[in-house]
Amino acid sequence: MTHFLTTSYSVFVGRLLLACGIVFLATGPFLLDASGMQVMTEFMLMLVLALMWNLLAGYADIVTIGQHAFVGVGAYAFFGFLVFGEWNPYLSVLMAGAVAMLLAVPVMVIIFRLRTAYLAVGSWVVAETLMLCAGKLSAFGGGSGISMPVSAVKQFGARIGERYAHIYWLALVLLAVVFISTWLLMRSAVGLGLTAMRDNEDGAGAVGVNLTRSRVLCFLWTAPFLGLAGALITLQKLRVAPPASFSITEWTVYIIFIVLIGGVGSFEGPVIGGIVFFLLREYLAEVGVWHFIVLGPISIVIILIEPRGLWGLLRRFVPGDLIPVSYTPSALKGTKTEKARSLAASTSDVLSQS
Amino acid sequence: MLKLVDVSKRFGALSVLQNLDLTVAAGNVLGVIGPNGAGKTTLFNIIAGAQVPSAGQVHLDDRDITHVKVWDRCRLGIGRTYQVPKPFTHMSVFENVMVAAVHGGRMGIRAAKEQAQHVIELTGLIHRLRTPAGHLSLLDLKRLELAKALAQKPRLLLLDEIAGGLTESECDTLLEIVKTARDQGATIVWIEHVLHALRRIATRLAVLHGGTIISSGAPDEVLADSRVKEVYLGV
Repeated sequence: MTHFLTTSYSVFVGRLLLACGIVFLATGPFLLDASGMQVMTEFMLMLVLALMWNLLAGYADIVTIGQHAFVGVGAYAFFGFLVFGEWNPYLSVLMAGAVAMLLAVPVMVIIFRLRTAYLAVGSWVVAETLMLCAGKLSAFGGGSGISMPVSAVKQFGARIGERYAHIYWLALVLLAVVFISTWLLMRSAVGLGLTAMRDNEDGAGAVGVNLTRSRVLCFLWTAPFLGLAGALITLQKLRVAPPASFSITEWTVYIIFIVLIGGVGSFEGPVIGGIVFFLLREYLAEVGVWHFIVLGPISIVIILIEPRGLWGLLRRFVPGDLIPVSYTPSALKGTKTEKARSLAASTSDVLSQS
Repeated sequence: MLKLVDVSKRFGALSVLQNLDLTVAAGNVLGVIGPNGAGKTTLFNIIAGAQVPSAGQVHLDDRDITHVKVWDRCRLGIGRTYQVPKPFTHMSVFENVMVAAVHGGRMGIRAAKEQAQHVIELTGLIHRLRTPAGHLSLLDLKRLELAKALAQKPRLLLLDEIAGGLTESECDTLLEIVKTARDQGATIVWIEHVLHALRRIATRLAVLHGGTIISSGAPDEVLADSRVKEVYLGV
């Protein structure tokens, strides 16, 4: 068994499971009933939020606890464009992302003056301020919020099953776009620099990684996706309200839990964490508030055992990435100089002697 | 090529560098020696941009770079090793060097791969190519520091105590690597306690003591200086 796990077969099995998951997601509406589609839609949207928080906190060292700000702003923007502006529903979803990105610029100017714990608290303060501002919007029902008119809801499907499937597909498209675009980002020169920042920020700056530009890019990268997720969450809940749309528990605390138990600073971590979180939530739903009390110690125990989460534990046995973002050398041929080769040979001799 | 004008650095009441003037001509190899706490690493931090001087200016090719960020100085051609290595622990040796080639050396991914493989071979780390940097020994971490600096194809190479702990044979290999960098046109400033290594390559020596340069010039002349003997060599 140990031999099996420590060979590349474990990578193959992991990738096979991942592929099965993708096939399952792609065929979800044909396999699941309405409540199953609701749960899977929620799972995909939470995964979008987790991937974005992981990019910020895991790579760019922007440990924000205020990402619910952009989810809430996306929710309100979507509602406004769809219901009050009577815009095309798809365009309204896209506008939620655009508004979140626009808002990200001034928010970034404010919170990037802070670092570490101060940045975290600053981002939370910004999110709470925006929630209070949303509560003052009387057109949106003030503090108690407002439900989506039936006419607006029916644009996404006249029957409930049809609508759930429609929202499911939108969430799947968003997840696919987030996953593929973020993977491409991580495979680029920028991503290489971000991975270096994850491991040693000072060291990354010292070899030419522009820390400021990388952080700005990550922050502006995540904001529109969070806004889009906020729009789709509103479609699921069919209403906007400050405490629900700007919920720190649902859109930040749970997300931090997902990323931490799965493995911060990896691509696989949020996926694993998301699956574990949803399984725990489904099985612990009956015990009410105890479910929070159980989640906390689980995350603490996992982090104490392995700071890189469940994926960090698995990596002790799995020799490679399931979602490859790292670079590997090409075959050792065609190197530039004979001098290099002879120096390497002499160095190897020295090493073998010592 | 490199010119420091009246540079001082204070940390609160503690003055680490005081009105320091230093010029390094292109193609030269300047060895910097001095007792612990003399300000050598602070001097490197100021040249590389990791710290801003409290007073004075740093010029590279007649351009004032005093307030240029550390990552922009890499792109201007300053490569540096650290006395305490700063590896990217979960990335392989190959990726560590690639980061430097892509960002500091401004190379595309394909060119960076070739450059990384070349300098890893040059620095004798080829047998550790795929090893996570966090698993390397201190000696290999120092090699990695050198590989990262060389991968940037620096015009000015700052070496901070890379020969410490090496055997004679390893020191010979290291000198060959540094000579290769010099022959390819790099100007080198090297902080080192291993004097016999420095003497074999340095065109000039500067002795730092108490935040000021107390002697500089040809290595033999500097080492014969009575003040240097007193504060550094202890004779």
